[in-house]
Amino acid sequence: MFGLVGAPQLAFCWINDLRRFVLIALPYFWLLALFLVPFVIVFKIALSDAALAIPPYMPTMKDGLSAMFLQLDFENFVFLTEDDLYWKAYLSSLRVAFISTVLTLLFGYPIAYAMARAPHEWRATLMMLIILPFWTSFLIRVYAWIGILSTEGLLNRFLFWIGAISEPLTILNTSTAVYIGIVYTYIPFMILPIYAALERLDASLIEAAEDLGCSRMKAFWLITIPLSKGGIVAGCFLVFIPALGEFVIPSLLGGSGTLMIGKVLFEEFFSNRDWPVASAVAVILLLILIVPIILFQRNEQRQQDAEG
Amino acid sequence: MNRLSPFNVVSLTFGFAFLYLPMLILVIYSFNKSKLVTVWAGFSTKWYGELLSNEAFLDAAWVTLKVAVISSSIATVLGTMAAYTLVRGGRFFGRTLFSGMIYAPLVMPEVITGLSLLLLFIGVGMDRGVMTIVLAHTTFSMCFVSVVVSSRLATFDRALEEAALDLGASPFEAFRLITLPIIAPAVVSGWLLAFTLSLDDLVIASFATGPSATTLPMKIWSSVRLGVSPEINALSSILIGLVASGVIIASLVSKRHSVRVQQEERAAERFEND
Repeated sequence: MFGLVGAPQLAFCWINDLRRFVLIALPYFWLLALFLVPFVIVFKIALSDAALAIPPYMPTMKDGLSAMFLQLDFENFVFLTEDDLYWKAYLSSLRVAFISTVLTLLFGYPIAYAMARAPHEWRATLMMLIILPFWTSFLIRVYAWIGILSTEGLLNRFLFWIGAISEPLTILNTSTAVYIGIVYTYIPFMILPIYAALERLDASLIEAAEDLGCSRMKAFWLITIPLSKGGIVAGCFLVFIPALGEFVIPSLLGGSGTLMIGKVLFEEFFSNRDWPVASAVAVILLLILIVPIILFQRNEQRQQDAEG
Repeated sequence: MNRLSPFNVVSLTFGFAFLYLPMLILVIYSFNKSKLVTVWAGFSTKWYGELLSNEAFLDAAWVTLKVAVISSSIATVLGTMAAYTLVRGGRFFGRTLFSGMIYAPLVMPEVITGLSLLLLFIGVGMDRGVMTIVLAHTTFSMCFVSVVVSSRLATFDRALEEAALDLGASPFEAFRLITLPIIAPAVVSGWLLAFTLSLDDLVIASFATGPSATTLPMKIWSSVRLGVSPEINALSSILIGLVASGVIIASLVSKRHSVRVQQEERAAERFEND
């Protein structure tokens, strides 16, 4: 009797356990196989010799695990420090990412501010207009600037026509073009978190400050800026982190004049076919990125705590 | 308060001009007769004609569409499962690692993701082509889907699920009948996000593919590197047009939906009051 009632119930539990297991295991193993394992391979190849690492590089595994570890060395990393191309590329990536982040903030903040001040019924439309470019191809948005910035481009023609210049300016293939490209493609990432912070801001605080004798400007510096700090910090990281490893923008707009690490990695891999060096470049880029990523997550956490 | 100061009007005008003028110029010059993209020589649609007879572009467009549909559909299933696990799954072995692996690809530079996947595909001796691009795209877009879906899961009332369980539904039935309909809008926008990410991707696809498959962004990339061409302008205009009409239709549909919900709520209130 007992067994008759118990058996189907047991089977029911067992099926539920199986479902739960599959639910967790499927995405888990997918990410393990296609995200974590590839990283381990990158680390391993970064520590291999070129001769072993050019395909097929796996034979090093055949001699057993201990042999594989014995063969590891830091030659590729030493190589990176000896050739100043890499130093320059890392430093110039950091500089380009930093300057473009500051520029994006300077242009993005007034837009976010104006959006937060706009009448309620406009806001949804304004938001949609900011997000819309996200859905358009990144490559096409960068490409659009080539025709504008080139020597015979529209910007030069326009400036010539209004008489601002007599000689065409060289903008394409300089770092200025890269800054313009990064500001253009990443400005929505800056506007959205700042707008979110400013929209929550209680307008009566500013009124109170003005009633108490603050000038408009002073109220802005003392109240609006500090209260939107969370949004500013989030926006800056959202621009800085992807800009650091950017490949498409420096390749299309920066020409040979700008050195950025994403471009170096791509060329090291596809043109020079030096996989160990490309992997070592990737490992160092990752190490550089860990700091801003951790800072970003802390900022997010702090904001969540403040809300909750 | 609701009146914009001149400064705000100026920053909005310049901001949106900056965002939209380059794309507008791109579209205008796709109708240019001249081969030179910066000199206007009269209206013409010949570049669209040439584009539609260019088989290499059409093939690449077909490959891209195939990859985007398959990868975004798998990514939506896996990403929803991952979101459900993270928000509702409770504790299990390696949960921290799991959530780390969900968030890390969001901030990972594309060159690194692409490089590491290529090394994996070569390591296991996989033939590179459509299949490997699908695997690569599914991996990074499932993380985006999971973030979108888990933010919806985190905000909805858990009591609804518990009520279903109390009334005798199995966890699977509760998910299918209660949870899924409620998170459906987030699942759909997750799919759309995954779809556009896949359509747009150049760097990861370049690493993951082999000689047998070329996607549209890769094709655009190789011709753009040679300089500006009116054919690419025409192609870009078509893509911009598709996206714009898609977004407008989606927003109209969601607006009609929210109006209907409001009407129903009002009707329900009236019913209660009577």
